[in-house]
Amino acid sequence: MTSNDAFASHVENQWCPGCPNFGIQTAVKRALNTLGLAPHQVCLVSGIGQAAKLPHYVRANVFNGLHGRALPTAIGIHVANPQLTTLVTSGDGDLYGEGGNHFLHALRRNPDITVVVHNNQLYALTKGQASPTTPRGAVTRLQVHGVEVDPARMLATAVIHDCTFVARGSALDLDGLTDILVRAIKHQGLSLVEVVQPCITWGSHPVSWYRDRLVPVPSDHDPADRDRALSLALESADVLHIGVLFQQPERPPFAASYRAKVGSGPLASLPRTGRDTIAAHYATWDPPRPKQ
Amino acid sequence: MIDRSVFIAGAAGEGVQTVGDVVARAFQVHGYAVFANKEFESRIRGGRSSYRLRIRETPLGAPCGTADVLLAINPDAAAYYQSDVREDGWIIAPETGDRVDVIVPFRDVAVEHGGKEIYANSAAAGALCATLGLPLEPLTAALRAAFARYNDEIVASNVAVAAAGHRHAGAQVASRGVRQIPARTARYALANTHEAIAIAAAAAGCRFMAAYPMSPSTDIITYLAAHEDLGVFTEQAEDEIAAVNMALGASAGGARAMTATSGGGFALMVESVSLAGMIETPIVIVIAQRPGPATGLPTRTAQEDLLFAIRAGHGEFPRIVFAASDPQDAICKTKRAFDLADRYQTVAILLTDQFLADSLFSVDSPMLPDGPSSQSAPPSSIPAMYARYALTETGISPRLYIGQTEHPVILDSDEHDETGHLTEDLRFMRPAMVEKRLEKGRRLKREMHPPQMNHCEDAEAALIGWGSTRGAIEEAVERLRATGHRVGSIHFGDLWPLPAFDFPENARYWTVEGNATGQLASLLTAEYRVPIEGRIGRYDGLPLDAETIVKEWS
Repeated sequence: MTSNDAFASHVENQWCPGCPNFGIQTAVKRALNTLGLAPHQVCLVSGIGQAAKLPHYVRANVFNGLHGRALPTAIGIHVANPQLTTLVTSGDGDLYGEGGNHFLHALRRNPDITVVVHNNQLYALTKGQASPTTPRGAVTRLQVHGVEVDPARMLATAVIHDCTFVARGSALDLDGLTDILVRAIKHQGLSLVEVVQPCITWGSHPVSWYRDRLVPVPSDHDPADRDRALSLALESADVLHIGVLFQQPERPPFAASYRAKVGSGPLASLPRTGRDTIAAHYATWDPPRPKQ
Repeated sequence: MIDRSVFIAGAAGEGVQTVGDVVARAFQVHGYAVFANKEFESRIRGGRSSYRLRIRETPLGAPCGTADVLLAINPDAAAYYQSDVREDGWIIAPETGDRVDVIVPFRDVAVEHGGKEIYANSAAAGALCATLGLPLEPLTAALRAAFARYNDEIVASNVAVAAAGHRHAGAQVASRGVRQIPARTARYALANTHEAIAIAAAAAGCRFMAAYPMSPSTDIITYLAAHEDLGVFTEQAEDEIAAVNMALGASAGGARAMTATSGGGFALMVESVSLAGMIETPIVIVIAQRPGPATGLPTRTAQEDLLFAIRAGHGEFPRIVFAASDPQDAICKTKRAFDLADRYQTVAILLTDQFLADSLFSVDSPMLPDGPSSQSAPPSSIPAMYARYALTETGISPRLYIGQTEHPVILDSDEHDETGHLTEDLRFMRPAMVEKRLEKGRRLKREMHPPQMNHCEDAEAALIGWGSTRGAIEEAVERLRATGHRVGSIHFGDLWPLPAFDFPENARYWTVEGNATGQLASLLTAEYRVPIEGRIGRYDGLPLDAETIVKEWS
């Protein structure tokens, strides 16, 4: 770690040695440093799982909450203080499985947060069961005859819901991932970055298998092209394109109309609702006055 | 002493509530204290519903199970609710029927005097007021206020139709000894408990509310959403789990935050109740109770979630549980809920129920609480390495919210060390953190108010209740004392931690609750070792009233 890493953490890391999660951790810190942010300006939010431990390994504000609930928590934090740079960094099981309903509605709300999905296509911390993104047919200790349902296509779901920034990154490509994260954080509104993160303990393929299949999005890809973005988002198995798949002009983020009235400061620092305002509400309980 | 009980009954969508509200306001204008509660089916149109209005000279927040006068908007309502009318009571209906005393064809009157059937409810309100002996003027004032947002023609038509209904009924009751009710100079405010909670939350510094619509809790967030001047950001969440986690996120970010739901929604929130305990982040949750299990009776009332509220959440952690008994009490408890949740950095639960949600109480004048008292002051001296969960003698750590200063704040649902990072140090840190959290609970106990005692000095028997039944129990006590029984009452509003309290000696105890199993009774037995002689419970979905309590106790 370079000495000018403002986000360096001294917390003991619990990941398996060599886990590609380390690559995501490095890319997140590099992106935050690149943007010139300080740790107190950043809030990392996660659920539960191996990926969800990431916030502990980056020096910043942390809300490591319940399994599946990172998105509503991050939305609450963002409403309370939009000046914070809020990132959700959690796994595919957490964000697409346990928290799938919140994912759908977060896309609709478009809060100004960045959502980093560590997609290892399985549940690592509970020892290798299928996740919503596990390919059909994969055999696990729980899916003993192979997974019998199709994987969730959440990147495509994001495109369909007009998420204004949808990217696929690779935990094996630090420079590329850092660049995507910088762009995602700068982009106003919900930015989704799904990161291919091979699991070296429970996964069925070696890291090299992934390296062979990850290719950059074609240089002529226009991220504004919804149809092309959708087909890239629907890719699975043989070739996975890495890069920004879909980008649209920024839309007003969640709570924009409220913020237009109260300004962008933390809710905690707004002036208190006045005593006169409160008294006026109680006064509506009084008997009606006779009409003059 | 005037004490009249009126039922206004009809189908959903027929305007039962509009008529009731207008007549309640008319008596308010006339200087009387009113109490109104509503019972209705879980549907938008049709079925049966009633608005129950009690008219007195002094306020009493208690329902009456029987009626002196029934205003039936339709013939079915007259037939169905006549068994609730006292033998010497009267029934007003649009057409003749069994026991109908006053016939006013509301729609015909509306067409004749207002030109449209839509004004029929004003004819009904006029007929009811005449039958009760209320002059036309206060009703006119109430109608003008109720229709103030409509054009002059609509107001004038409603007033004309009400006057005609008043004349119609007045002619029929004149010979039967109806005496005009004299005007009084009292000016009571007419208050609703959930409105009181919404306003008091804003007064307490609440800035964020997320909720999922669920009867009978929804009025709290809709009031805040409709009144932006109160300054509370509101969001309809996709489910109750999202609602409570959004509120916790907002709270972690420094905003006082709340959510509200009913028992089923609270069941979904329970994991996050435990989370609030673990991450020591304040939140206020209102549970507006309705009968369960499961979907139960969505629009009816119950007190079935006391033990659920007290026990909800896995693991061991402190929490605050209050139950409101009326709007004024709700104002106080809402403020205390926010302040104590803040000071002790945990969850505060405020219990209400459908009865409170859909009742109007006359109150002298709403007390204006002070502003937020204890918004955690920024810790004066934060060490270079801030520790969110610093171990202290009180168990309370100096709390910074996320983004408050340059110190990163680390919140973790895992067991954590003082800095907030996860730990598996079972030798020291885990027991220390358990003790820290529980110490807050021990200190919290000292903040709890003892129950209210009423006529306990000479009581041989005490009726013990909690929450919304206070008015009914106190009325039952008055009635029993009037017939020579030395009865008193003890009413709990602070339910967890239970306050230190010495039960009066030489009395025998009965609990009175809106449930079948005696949840308060089991709590008191466990916590105070107090012997409970008997348990009076109501669990049909209707609120407890004095008549029922007296009958059950005798």
